[in-house]
Amino acid sequence: MPRAVTVLRLAALALLVGFLVTPQSFAPLFAPLTQYGAPPIYDQGNLLTLALAQLATVCLAAVASSIVAVALGILVTRPSGAQFLPLSRTLVNIGQTFPPVAVLAVAVPLVGFGEKPTLIALFAYGLLPIFENTLVGLRTCPPAVLEAASGMGMSARQRLLSVELPLAMPLILEGIRLSLVINVGTATIGSTVAAKGLGEVIIAGLLSSNTAFILQGGLLTGLMAILLYDGLATLERRLLRPVTLD
Amino acid sequence: MITVENLSKRYGNTTVVDGVSLTVERNSITAIVGTSGSGKSTLLRMINRLVEPSSGRVLIDGRDTRDEPAYLLRRHIGYVIQGNGLFPHRTVAENIATVPRLLGWEARRIEARVAELLEVFALDPASYAHALPHQLSGGQQQRVGVARALAAEPMVLLMDEPFGALDPIIRAKAQDDLLDIQRRFGMTVVLVTHDMDEAFRLGTQVAVMSGGRLLQYDRPAVLLTQPADPFVARMTGLADRAMRLLSLVTAGEAALPGTCDGPAVPPTATLREVLSELLWRGADSARVVDAEGRVRGQLTVGAILARGRP
Repeated sequence: MPRAVTVLRLAALALLVGFLVTPQSFAPLFAPLTQYGAPPIYDQGNLLTLALAQLATVCLAAVASSIVAVALGILVTRPSGAQFLPLSRTLVNIGQTFPPVAVLAVAVPLVGFGEKPTLIALFAYGLLPIFENTLVGLRTCPPAVLEAASGMGMSARQRLLSVELPLAMPLILEGIRLSLVINVGTATIGSTVAAKGLGEVIIAGLLSSNTAFILQGGLLTGLMAILLYDGLATLERRLLRPVTLD
Repeated sequence: MITVENLSKRYGNTTVVDGVSLTVERNSITAIVGTSGSGKSTLLRMINRLVEPSSGRVLIDGRDTRDEPAYLLRRHIGYVIQGNGLFPHRTVAENIATVPRLLGWEARRIEARVAELLEVFALDPASYAHALPHQLSGGQQQRVGVARALAAEPMVLLMDEPFGALDPIIRAKAQDDLLDIQRRFGMTVVLVTHDMDEAFRLGTQVAVMSGGRLLQYDRPAVLLTQPADPFVARMTGLADRAMRLLSLVTAGEAALPGTCDGPAVPPTATLREVLSELLWRGADSARVVDAEGRVRGQLTVGAILARGRP
């Protein structure tokens, strides 16, 4: 079973890299989807550059939402910050329920076209999973462990850094992973406000009724999301010690 | 020496601990017993200030515990809780090294101390030093919990229901270990339990609490023979108080001069155990024989029974 999974992973990776580096070799596959001699492979930009640009935007947004969401999660689980829990929850929930397209519409008049409005939309959209997971992670630390940490003479800060955060880390990382994957897909709408990304390919396909463009834009984005999720999960398993909470 | 002076804890209108005063001698074990809600845990937790007293004070060797920040105070007081609270993401060695690290000991000194404690608690360093807590049995986890509490050589050890989660056989072993370790390191132990047998077995002194008040604080034998209160008498057990009294005296202490041809018993056996042995064998007297095979005296049924009267 693990071998089959590895083979599948490598195949997905090979497909993604192959498509990004030599897109023309896939032309015969997509040719049947085009009409009236339209190009089967996107030709108005380099697919590799677009994919990397999208990944960079998503990662930048994820770093920002991780910092804010984890910090908020820590704040509201301290006795002094507990009163901010309802407020933080509301803010983070709004970030998730407010459609990213609407965020773009609001942000463009304020910060102009390009990467900035996309970053803002992705940042807001990615907060919720990280915040909620941080909250659950910090709240489910076993009370006996926390009591022992205080009883041993750890200051509140030492307890947070050396006990609470390490114990909550698997959940926090899962939140970040989830947020990243959601945003790889969501980032394609950034192309409506001129952010560089694979959304450009999809939009070009929609405008020229070129199914091949739509399909390859979607396929590449999907592959990126799956591989990213999988890769991060593997990395986590390698880096973190197995922890069993009883 | 721990001096508790008129200590109270109130939460709103509820008084959890009500004006408790007591003195715990150095190098002794004090057991605090009471039903749940008697305030015994709160009293214990006020000693290391995990709970801040509403009024009154605690002195350890004459120093007020409020003289330094609570977290610094706690680094010099061992603390063991029910369920151990071992750090699940840290190895056994790292768990034990917690307080020495907080105190900034040198790496070599920490390593030596961890090795020493693993040996004292019969945990083979090769197999356990780098194990994670969940890989250990309940009894081993409990031992690591005590080792961690003792790592920085505290003079005071506080234990809150330390053996509550263990099965009876492992619990008896853990209690014996605690007595050995207390003799070996000579620290002052304050232990909270709801189990009267445990309190009698371990306690040099026993404090009985109910409704936040300290009802009686004395040696176990005095608690049995002169209970200050009907509640104390009920707690110590009216039905088997004579047997409890017998279990406080060892054969070595009670042995009379002379010898007999009855069954041999070790000097460490309690009179309760000797009596049981005599009943079982249908004998009238027992020989007290030590580990080297020397006869230390004899015990007759009559002499044993006399010890069971107040």
